[in-house]
Amino acid sequence: MSLADTTTTETGPKGIGEYLLGHLRTYGLLFALLAIIAFFQIMTGGTLLRPVNITNLLLQNSYIIIMALGMLIVIVSGNIDLSVGSVMGFIGALAAVMIVNMDIPFLLAIVICLVAGGLIGAAQGYWVAYWKIPSFIVTLAGMLVFRGLSLLLLEGQSVGPFPREFQALANGFVTDIFPAGIGQTLAPLFDARQVNVLALSLGVVAATAIVWSGMRNRARNRAYGIVDEPRSFFIARNVIVVGAILFIMFKLSTFRGLPNVLITMGVLTLIYAFLTERTVLGRRIYALGGNQKAAKLSGIKTERLTFLAFVNMGVLAAAAGLVFAARLNTATPKAGFALELDVIAAVFIGGASMSGGVGTIVGAVVGAFLMGVLNNGMSIMGIGIDYQQMIKGLVLLAAVIFDVYNKSKQG
Amino acid sequence: MSALLEMRSITKTFPGVKALDEVNLTVREGEIHALVGENGAGKSTLMKVLSGVYPAGSYEGEIHYAGDLAQFRDIADSERRGIIIIHQELALVPLLSIAENLFLGNEQATRGVIDWQGTFRRTEELLRKVGLREAPTTLVDTLGVGKQQLVEIAKALSKEVRLLILDEPTAALSESDSQALLNLLLELKAQGVTSIIISHKLNEVRRVADTVTVIRDGSTVSTMDARTQKITEDAIVRDMVGRDMAHRYPERERVAGDVLFDVTDWNVFHQEHAERQVIKSASFHVRAGEVVGIAGLMGSGRTELAMSIFGRSYGQKISGTVRIKGQEADVSRVDRAIDAGLAYVTEDRKSLGLILEEPISRNVSLAHLQGVSSRGILDENEETEVSERYRKAMNIRTPSVFQKVMNLSGGNQQKVVLSKWLFAEPEVLILDEPTRGIDVGAKFEIYGIINQLSAMGKGVLMISSEMPELLGMCDRIYVMNEGALVGELTAEEASQERIMSLIVTE
Repeated sequence: MSLADTTTTETGPKGIGEYLLGHLRTYGLLFALLAIIAFFQIMTGGTLLRPVNITNLLLQNSYIIIMALGMLIVIVSGNIDLSVGSVMGFIGALAAVMIVNMDIPFLLAIVICLVAGGLIGAAQGYWVAYWKIPSFIVTLAGMLVFRGLSLLLLEGQSVGPFPREFQALANGFVTDIFPAGIGQTLAPLFDARQVNVLALSLGVVAATAIVWSGMRNRARNRAYGIVDEPRSFFIARNVIVVGAILFIMFKLSTFRGLPNVLITMGVLTLIYAFLTERTVLGRRIYALGGNQKAAKLSGIKTERLTFLAFVNMGVLAAAAGLVFAARLNTATPKAGFALELDVIAAVFIGGASMSGGVGTIVGAVVGAFLMGVLNNGMSIMGIGIDYQQMIKGLVLLAAVIFDVYNKSKQG
Repeated sequence: MSALLEMRSITKTFPGVKALDEVNLTVREGEIHALVGENGAGKSTLMKVLSGVYPAGSYEGEIHYAGDLAQFRDIADSERRGIIIIHQELALVPLLSIAENLFLGNEQATRGVIDWQGTFRRTEELLRKVGLREAPTTLVDTLGVGKQQLVEIAKALSKEVRLLILDEPTAALSESDSQALLNLLLELKAQGVTSIIISHKLNEVRRVADTVTVIRDGSTVSTMDARTQKITEDAIVRDMVGRDMAHRYPERERVAGDVLFDVTDWNVFHQEHAERQVIKSASFHVRAGEVVGIAGLMGSGRTELAMSIFGRSYGQKISGTVRIKGQEADVSRVDRAIDAGLAYVTEDRKSLGLILEEPISRNVSLAHLQGVSSRGILDENEETEVSERYRKAMNIRTPSVFQKVMNLSGGNQQKVVLSKWLFAEPEVLILDEPTRGIDVGAKFEIYGIINQLSAMGKGVLMISSEMPELLGMCDRIYVMNEGALVGELTAEEASQERIMSLIVTE
């Protein structure tokens, strides 16, 4: 699932410069992420990419990324959801009340929470889809309602702690399935005390899969005469992506291994990327956002699709709420406050269009990581929250200006 | 009569293209000058040069206007000299009143405070001049396109216009509104206003124009003067396309098979006003291989009829039966109507037919994604092949099927819409104004496609405001007026006069 695969392909071999110009957005985002990582790696004296910090970075941003997947779909379909932060907080509160106060088994509680998220999404999506109430209004109302409901549910108190099994949702690590002996044998090679073989091998598998599917796609496109990317770009892009994956997995393997959340995030990202790019359902969502009336007159059930986009968003917001509560090990009335804005910002930095019909899952995830690295890097450097906010705001503005400028230049 | 405007050897180049090549245009004081040519011939570019959208210095050649060499820096500059363009897409603010629109940017105010009384008085004067009987406080939103066009003209008059340029003013107007507008032009001419009118409707050109200039591929082909020679439509068309078009409508073997599509007692009520009946017990049929026309004025309910049948996309309290191949068909939703074998090619391709931001390939597959997928998973290579096939068959002029649809010309866009519906493999195609706003060459190609459909045994129902087109293409024509089908004519019986008389006698 590589970045450049998500953009429209063009025919004919073209000059490298021209190609780069046409795909400035995709590569620009990737380069921006790399540049920011390099910048903070230097500025923090190497702290940014230490195994413990990489793990932290993944945990910190997991709930943003999980919600960004749903938000991308909502935004591509031509809507917006302002309520996700509140819904996330509300679900965390619901989980806490059920598990901590009522002693409901945590697995059952998780299921109930996900269903509740879906119902919340349905309740909002119903008005947007079938009554044509602007989503901005409906979800603004939802934001207030669910913020209030969390307060009510928690009676203004923090509720916790959760049982260990529940906490593992966010803070747990996948147990190494390989015998400990292998890891110990390998450890000196990496100059580490221990090595998580599962993480290493998964990294190798993922890297191989990406290269293999990239080459297969390229070969097939060539057969159809639609080779777009110059060979040098294809190689460079794959080297960077594979390098990054192997690097991260290697770093993780020398710490505590694979966080549970990374697996959840990775699997969800793959599923949603596939859904949006390769399925009829995904295609219809883009059509709906691109031109609702034309989509409807082409036989697409636009109302139902809008409704489902919100239901999906609700379920993902609930999932994020569970991860967030598990990570903090407590549910607080403040949980998720203003988080919807980070999620929306990630999606727009990732290249989605405010008017719908444009945007990619991979872009949204990269956008979320870009914001995450910014947050994390600035925090390590000890930059105050005041400057952090301003810098994040300007990055969002710059990304969207870049988009609009790019588009006007293409005409 | 002296020349008000003389454009001498205007050449305008864009990177890689010569849009205008030594174009000459002379407009005499007080005449109506028609500028005709195929889409992309360079008419709009020429008018943009004239009005200062492309400022002096960005083109070669000279513009002489009212006696001196004009070098306009921008639109405001040319407007000050009395040159005013009314674009095809109207530039009115829908939720402001007529008066507010007329004086937008030119408010009747002292020190920023608007003099409403003066504004209304002047508005009334201007509205009287253009023959529009509406209160100055009426919201533009509530006016039809024809009346909005008049407001635009009134706005031009408020600016002391000397040279009025109208870009396809009647493209969206009904027959009677068009007539009213043309009459107004003649009246303004009598008052001394010179105008340039860009139009595809040659009968209108012939009716009002004193001089006709034909532009083809960025050059002036001919200038005809109605006072010294008789201007015929054939002569204009010949100059426009650069060849003799003996047959504006391609020949077709006419064989009508069994009844394919049969609608009986169709009733529809207005989308918002439930008490207003828009379609009144319409019954009609189309045979296999037949091309059937629906004639009628704009607003007679033709589009409403088609859209209400196609998945209830218009109206409420719909009743009546639809049969396809003798079987009663479920057309209660668009996807069901498509499954039943119907396709509806909209009159408004940009806002209802296409996803402009997406490439041709994705637009072609949109109504029949099952055809390029299995178990819900898309096969993009199959999609590319399919759209490539239609690109060739339809002669869509584009470097690749990955081109965004918004970069195509109107004619090519229309071919993409047709491709989309052909790929859905319908039995019956309803074509709503299939050639609106596209040039003569592309029209001919679309007629060819319609004939091919008929040869394949499909049924074609064709809605059109251009009567010659219906007469040239159809085997049978239904005449529609005020929501009812008021007559049916065979190709042999039909004539413009017969159709008009059916409309007016009802």
